[in-house]
Amino acid sequence: MSTKLFEQIGGEAAVNAAVDVFYRRVLSDDRISDFFDDVDMERQAAKQKAFLTMAFGGPVHYTGADMRKGHAHLVARGLNDSHFDAVVENLVASLQELNVPAELIAEVGAVCETTRNDVLGK
Amino acid sequence: MTQLHFNDSTYQCEANETVLDALARQGVAIPFSCRNGVCQTCMMQSADANVPSAAQNGLKSTLQAQNYFLACVCHPSEDMTVSLADNTDRLLSATVTAIRQLNDEVKCVGLDCPMLQDYRAGQFINLYRDSGIARSYSLASVPTDSYLRLHVRRLPDGRVSNWIHDELKVGDSVQISAPVGSCFYLPNAPQQPLLLIGTGSGLAPLMGIVRDALDQQHAGDIYLYHGSHDAAGLYLVDELREMAAHCSNFHYIPCISGADVPVQYQAGRALDVALAAHPNLAGWRVFLCGNPNMVKTARKKAYLAKAAMNDIYADAFLVAGVA
Repeated sequence: MSTKLFEQIGGEAAVNAAVDVFYRRVLSDDRISDFFDDVDMERQAAKQKAFLTMAFGGPVHYTGADMRKGHAHLVARGLNDSHFDAVVENLVASLQELNVPAELIAEVGAVCETTRNDVLGK
Repeated sequence: MTQLHFNDSTYQCEANETVLDALARQGVAIPFSCRNGVCQTCMMQSADANVPSAAQNGLKSTLQAQNYFLACVCHPSEDMTVSLADNTDRLLSATVTAIRQLNDEVKCVGLDCPMLQDYRAGQFINLYRDSGIARSYSLASVPTDSYLRLHVRRLPDGRVSNWIHDELKVGDSVQISAPVGSCFYLPNAPQQPLLLIGTGSGLAPLMGIVRDALDQQHAGDIYLYHGSHDAAGLYLVDELREMAAHCSNFHYIPCISGADVPVQYQAGRALDVALAAHPNLAGWRVFLCGNPNMVKTARKKAYLAKAAMNDIYADAFLVAGVA
């Protein structure tokens, strides 16, 4: 299903359009902005691009172990379910802003949900 | 933990430690300045091709191919055999041609460097006090000027800035590196509005960029916000007002964050004043220089004000502590 989702949503062009909307939203969201506030904004934006590509079912394949390792330092700083929910909420709002159909947004949300336990180190 | 082989000795490099920090902790002093992977003062060379790519960001491809790397951002993934990059043949001799006091704590230093053929206004050089100590200074001049100009602010306990302020004289010879940095004007969008925000001696590269843009017939509006705590902390105010009076598209706004704000100055921090005047930066190009916290906040706020990320230019200088 995932490559189909990636094509339906518009492929890499859709990722590029969504990255700016999404990253501006999370940086403006006081609940989670600290986790995204990197001195190196380009590097941070590149991470968000990889995340969105994955969430859109695109050609980025993280293993559960990658997810655990990549977020362990954030879990140590207190990353929890409420932050995870806030990120998904911002992603959904970004896609709504870009007029992505609701059923595709639901699929993106489902992809994100599969990563929750690994991201939060559960 | 990995091992570093350097000058026939072996040193331990802890996880999360850079090559620069590991060697310094064990008594080996490598010349450095920005500690941020920008200024290239701490360049070293690896005997093998096992250099983490993040430690080669910004280096010329010819240097990357020879396994040169920046010690201050190098986290080894395996044992490395390293040596100091021989940079003596890459340094340029320059003669001090002028020293002018700009305000209580900033001096303009003019350098004549005949070997330096080409640079971009807004780039920076490393100025060497001796072979071991260098500091980065942005160029306030444009290439058509007859000499290079630096704005040197005296820092408390600054080993290079105090030497420049107290000992350097016209006629002295100094060593500098070739200019580096990617914070400069490009003439590819002459109608694009430009926003430049600087604090303290961060004015230097912005001054060069403004003059370069005007020399290249930039047609869009150019706004320069220079901030300080008080009027005494600003400098070149009259020259910049004069420039603005002669160029209809150049606007100069000196800003004062302290309580005492004379007429003809804006009250508030430069960043806040600029963003209040220009809340939507979509399509703008933004240049930032000065206090690292200001630059960090400004990058974020400019981006949130809809400036595209690749239209925001700043060289990530860190003041080299009290070293």
